[in-house]
Amino acid sequence: MQLNQDGVRLTRRQFVVGGAMGSAALAVGCSARNRGGFDFLTDAQARTLAALCDQIIPADDVPSASQAGVVSYIDRQLARTYRRHRNAYRDGLEQANAMSRKRFGRGLAALSVPEQVEIVGAIEQQNRRFFDLVRGHTLEGYYGSPRHGGNRDAVSWRMLGLAQPPVRGRAQYDLRKGASS
Amino acid sequence: MKRVNAVVVGAGAAGGIVAKELSAAGLSVVLLERGKWYTPNDCRKDDLRNQRTTVLGNAFGPEDEGNPRVLVDAEGALHTVLPSEGGYQNNAACVGGGTLSYGAMAWRYLPQDFRMRSIYGAPPGSSLEDWPISYDDLEPYYDKAEYEIGISGDDSGTPFHGPRRRALPMPPLPPNREFQILEPAAKRLGLHPFPIPMARNSVPYNGRGPCMRCRWCVGFACEVDAKNGSQNTVLPVALATGNCELRTECMVREILTDDRGRARGVAYYDGDGRLQEQPSDIVVVSACAIESARLLLNSKSRLFPNGLGNSHDQVGRNLQGHHYTGAIGFFDDDTYDDVGPGASIAVSDYNHGTPGLRGGGILANEFIRLPIQMVDRMPVGVPRWGLAHKQAMRRFFKRNIVIMGPTQQIPTADARVTLDPTVRDKWGMPVARISGNVHPHTFEIGLVQAQRAEAWLREAGAASTLITASKPATVSAGQHQAGTCRMGDDPKGSVVNRHCQLHDMDNVFVIDSSVHVTNGGFNPALTIMAIAYFASDALVRNWNGTGFRS
Repeated sequence: MQLNQDGVRLTRRQFVVGGAMGSAALAVGCSARNRGGFDFLTDAQARTLAALCDQIIPADDVPSASQAGVVSYIDRQLARTYRRHRNAYRDGLEQANAMSRKRFGRGLAALSVPEQVEIVGAIEQQNRRFFDLVRGHTLEGYYGSPRHGGNRDAVSWRMLGLAQPPVRGRAQYDLRKGASS
Repeated sequence: MKRVNAVVVGAGAAGGIVAKELSAAGLSVVLLERGKWYTPNDCRKDDLRNQRTTVLGNAFGPEDEGNPRVLVDAEGALHTVLPSEGGYQNNAACVGGGTLSYGAMAWRYLPQDFRMRSIYGAPPGSSLEDWPISYDDLEPYYDKAEYEIGISGDDSGTPFHGPRRRALPMPPLPPNREFQILEPAAKRLGLHPFPIPMARNSVPYNGRGPCMRCRWCVGFACEVDAKNGSQNTVLPVALATGNCELRTECMVREILTDDRGRARGVAYYDGDGRLQEQPSDIVVVSACAIESARLLLNSKSRLFPNGLGNSHDQVGRNLQGHHYTGAIGFFDDDTYDDVGPGASIAVSDYNHGTPGLRGGGILANEFIRLPIQMVDRMPVGVPRWGLAHKQAMRRFFKRNIVIMGPTQQIPTADARVTLDPTVRDKWGMPVARISGNVHPHTFEIGLVQAQRAEAWLREAGAASTLITASKPATVSAGQHQAGTCRMGDDPKGSVVNRHCQLHDMDNVFVIDSSVHVTNGGFNPALTIMAIAYFASDALVRNWNGTGFRS
């Protein structure tokens, strides 16, 4: 178990993925300048959500949930298909930070990994509904089609050993294209 | 609008065939479909938005907006459900209906499946009944469906099937790795494994190429158009006759009747939401079990205050589908080769003949393995999240086999479709309310089937196994929904006669899975198609220009 925290050395692969992430984030930031980088989440909410998602799917030699774009996936859906879950996210992320501050004096994103694990476990126990929602959406974003913003570069499919690019017949559409659906 | 001979409601498995048979016989036909006409270009290969995994919605209808249903749970509480939610019991709403995105297993039911009550007796509380027609009556039409739609497979390795006049038109696809692992294991258990018959080209057929063996199959439109449904077989033939007009995005509101108690056409909302009337000599309802029942119930008039065909309160009853149970086995070595369509091997040794059980079903390996479908399918002890979950995904994704089967349900009269008194759809029509459940004996059969699946996996070398045999609290009648307009000789206990004609009205027909008395231990598509050919044949034979000879 090698986590990308506390001085653990980055593998070359992680480094490369991290670099790609940075430029992707920059590109999103430019195109969506007026909305602060995300369609729905504030930057602070996005950091908290990233911490939560990354304990659900942490990094090993394959990127974590947030490194694979899961926060973008969830944000994009909250602006569209998952509009009905907006309040759950607002309240749930706020509660997560409240729990974190009460126990450790800092927000979730600022904690060490063992501390984050403890808080995420506590959320699972005390706010099961919100936890299950985030867990489901995180797994969707990570293991689902890259077209929705998660599973960037099909990292999870590669991890599972699936052919990438997949078997294709006609290629009249692009899997990597951002989607509105 | 110009009067036509026949209006067919719904362009799915049955409606496409009816439209083709009637238009080829010279009748003028208007085929109304509430959904759109998708093509192979609309495949999308989207793991999160298809007819099987609907977390981001249905790919082939209906849309979540404006199409609710109401589900009554086991405690009697009402839930308004959206089409992409499980309780909705969705099939599809598009040209081709379920056959655009189905897995395309193409089974004939067994001769015993038409005589369930005679063989087993009806358990108390059930509405188990025989069909008024036999396997032998349907055999010529099964054959016609197999050749016109295009089926690949080979059942010569199993004795458990009815007589057939000739082999299937296409050989099976070559075996995938799961087939190679499961076949010898089944034989060691004394079973008779064989390749699953599929409405899928294994070789070029009917002007289209063969399957390219990708993993996006059930739930998706076929990217290379190798999967055979009504949209790429019978419908083009129907349109080519010049006698059939297909109108898409048209939602039928009701069947209109005259003062003499006969149908005179339908009223429908067109794509722009305008109410239209299409006069016709006959009306054929092929909207699938839930929506066909709803349309009849919504067609109220002075002479038929409870809806059409419903003078004995039978419309909507006996709703059924299949009770799916099975097991997953985890292996030490790779079992999955990512070669579609996935499902490849089945046994039908367990459909009938177990003392104490009223039937059973096939067992087959599972269709499709999208990574997202694996996340909750883990060995005991794997946590739900964290690095251990991720690593278990990695370890077991290619090292597991799922064997499941559609247990034939024992129907009850209480599992039914009614109209909800308050909830309306976007056109202002009362929506379907789904209530009740199948007979509990169904779950006893399902548990035994799951144990059999587990035994097969263990024989195949699974290091550990897990059984899936839940007892759903509500009827499970999604893509395999059936039974709501039962076929029978007794007008008091059924809705249509053996030729799918309403007992109450001789120019209205229900031709789809609604008429199934029981639903077999198999995927129902080929039987729906065979009945469509059978009923269309009778309809054409009895047609005399503007009505019926009778």
